[in-house]
Amino acid sequence: MFGSLSERLSGVFDRLRGRGALTEDDVRQAMREVRIALLEADVALPVVRDFVNKITEKAIGQNVLKSVTPGQQVVKIVYDALVEMLGAETSDLNLAVNPPAVILMVGLQGSGKTTTSAKLGKQLKEKDHKKVLMASLDVHRPAAQEQLATLGTQADVPTLPIIAGQQPVEIAQRALTSARLQGYDVVILDTAGRLHIDQLLMDEMKAVADSSNPAETLLVVDALAGQDAVNIAKSFSEQVDLTGVILTRMDGDARGGAALSMRAVTGKPIKFVGTSEKLDGISPFHPDRVANRILGMGDIISLVEKASETIEKEDAEALAAKMAKGRFDFNDLKKQFGQMRRMGGMGALASMLPGVKQIKNAMANGQVDDRILIKMEAMIDSMTPKERIRPELINAKRKIRIAKGSGTTVQEINRLLKMHQEMSSAMKRLKKMGGIKGLMKMLGGGADGGVPPMMPPSGGIPGLPPGFGGFGRK
Amino acid sequence: MSDTPWYKKIGFGLKRTSERLTENLSSIALKAALDDETLDEIEETLIACDLGPGTAGRIRERLATERFPQGVTELEVREVVAQEITKILEPVAKPIEIDAFPRPQVVLVIGVNGSGKTTTIAKLAHWFQELDYEVMLVAGDTFRAAAIGQLKVWADRLEIPIISGAEGADAASLVFQGVKEGTAQGTDTLIVDTAGRLQNKSGLMDELAKIRKVLGRLNPAAPHNVILVLDATNGQNALSQIEVFKEIAGVSGIIMTKLDGTARGGIMVAAAEKYGLPIHAIGVGESMDDLRPFDPEAVARAIVGLPHK
Repeated sequence: MFGSLSERLSGVFDRLRGRGALTEDDVRQAMREVRIALLEADVALPVVRDFVNKITEKAIGQNVLKSVTPGQQVVKIVYDALVEMLGAETSDLNLAVNPPAVILMVGLQGSGKTTTSAKLGKQLKEKDHKKVLMASLDVHRPAAQEQLATLGTQADVPTLPIIAGQQPVEIAQRALTSARLQGYDVVILDTAGRLHIDQLLMDEMKAVADSSNPAETLLVVDALAGQDAVNIAKSFSEQVDLTGVILTRMDGDARGGAALSMRAVTGKPIKFVGTSEKLDGISPFHPDRVANRILGMGDIISLVEKASETIEKEDAEALAAKMAKGRFDFNDLKKQFGQMRRMGGMGALASMLPGVKQIKNAMANGQVDDRILIKMEAMIDSMTPKERIRPELINAKRKIRIAKGSGTTVQEINRLLKMHQEMSSAMKRLKKMGGIKGLMKMLGGGADGGVPPMMPPSGGIPGLPPGFGGFGRK
Repeated sequence: MSDTPWYKKIGFGLKRTSERLTENLSSIALKAALDDETLDEIEETLIACDLGPGTAGRIRERLATERFPQGVTELEVREVVAQEITKILEPVAKPIEIDAFPRPQVVLVIGVNGSGKTTTIAKLAHWFQELDYEVMLVAGDTFRAAAIGQLKVWADRLEIPIISGAEGADAASLVFQGVKEGTAQGTDTLIVDTAGRLQNKSGLMDELAKIRKVLGRLNPAAPHNVILVLDATNGQNALSQIEVFKEIAGVSGIIMTKLDGTARGGIMVAAAEKYGLPIHAIGVGESMDDLRPFDPEAVARAIVGLPHK
């Protein structure tokens, strides 16, 4: 997500920053490139026009060009404008109404409403400890109601029993009544997908909205949407009172244009983004972090948050203790692989780190993917416990045995050994730099503050071991 | 069912596009040669139709070399733009031919989630039926909840046989069974549904490669068609979809869906220019007969807001 947009923009900004003085022409030229980059990322044309005009005007203001670091200033202006375009603050659901609070999900066909309903239901139940009931009002698409029922079973969120032949408004009423009787906190109503020019279906949606008085009406939009996203968002927001937007399929390689246009077009915040096909693949939308990612500055805050969510504390402490001693064996490496997988695999990690373009490119070319982690785990599994603790034991004969055991080749074993070596020497260097605390400082320094400093890609990024890039190439 | 000529139907959706284009283009002053400002406007308008900056830029360049000694009207500008678009689209307009021997002709339908694969399969089956071919379906989407049920409902309505397994079953083995069954019964066409997948998920893409391999084992010529279903509301990402699916699954043609909305499907133009893959048909609605042959001129004219010839 945002990869190619980020690449294009950082190219433009690198050129700007590389210069001591900037002329108005330089800025205008750069802004033309920004414009094309945004358009290629499917940001809506009117939004692009506005955005570029705004930043051009600010950037050629006299204070900027005369300042000591004009390039840096221009980047800051773009960053601020991006955050503004994305909506300044993270916004949560507002469910503080007389229960049951109704969440109405609307959108085009195929935007991902049903899956998102289930994800949202699961999250509200597990994270916010709400009692959630889901009901599908989709009487048009074959088997749509069954789909929600199945997902409900998977997510362990109850769904309203299906009564064939009922109309959407009736189903909504039935859902509300049973929610009231059974003391549910939240009712999620999943409506049928509709084209925004289909007035009949739009009227049906309005009728449902009128009769169920939703606390939240969320427009579900596909992140892959192109220029038409604007029309879709506009017509939906004209028909019902939207309170927010959910962008789905942010895990695709779309360039995220829709994310940038939605706020500007609807005036409503993006509340959540769908990040995988799994039922827990939904997360809150943080405009500032996304802006960071777009400008190639990484999203270290999310990474650290994710790490603390998934990595078990004892494990982390044990590893830290070992690292402090300068020891790092294959057991630790294997644990790390497991953690990386739990954090969403290498793709998720690489997209959040600044300056790991090489890995990102390798992944985009299909040279590195999560299967490599599995392969390397297999190699470690084929080692004896002693070998894992003392890698120096592994000689040519043992390598052949390990290769056979894991279905790999000796060359691959060599690469794994080399990687381990590089990692442990990196750990030793780290120890000299002040251990874990120094590392945390380094990370924190990059993430805090309004505008993150555009630091050059630093070599020692933990989590992604050095020499990883080389490993992927077959 | 409906007697509306198909071009009117896309006209219905494309009308809004055209209205915008008309708005933009009517503001263009009538001059002898197109000046930069006019060209800028045309370019932006084309971008707003999802043609993408690249293709829009090239059309702009071609227009810049045109000379209009007698002056030019807004209508003529539109005609010229339509011609340029038609020129790009014409070479890719190819319908699906059912000519496999031995039967069945295996049609694998793939695409990202939510692009409209299952509905398109139903329409395609109906189309083949109208042409008097026998059809059999394989419910290969064993991943999405209730996807099998959805296809079964369509099979019932169309009264055609369907091969299906349990949810979560191995898609490749189901496909294998389908080809075996289809060959035994001597059916003309076998349409295979697959789970929607984002093109950057290597695991799912591998499954697709496996399905292809399994198909080839029973009948070296299968799959005869690998159809990528593209959502017209998708933007420039559609190009990346084509690229990856083409490499992994050997896409042989495209069907563009959801053209009955306001989406202009301008991405077809960019795709035609870049990849030259055949566009078989377009989807213009939700009922069974809303799949239409792809007519480049009509689509081009609809994009720029000119009436059907």
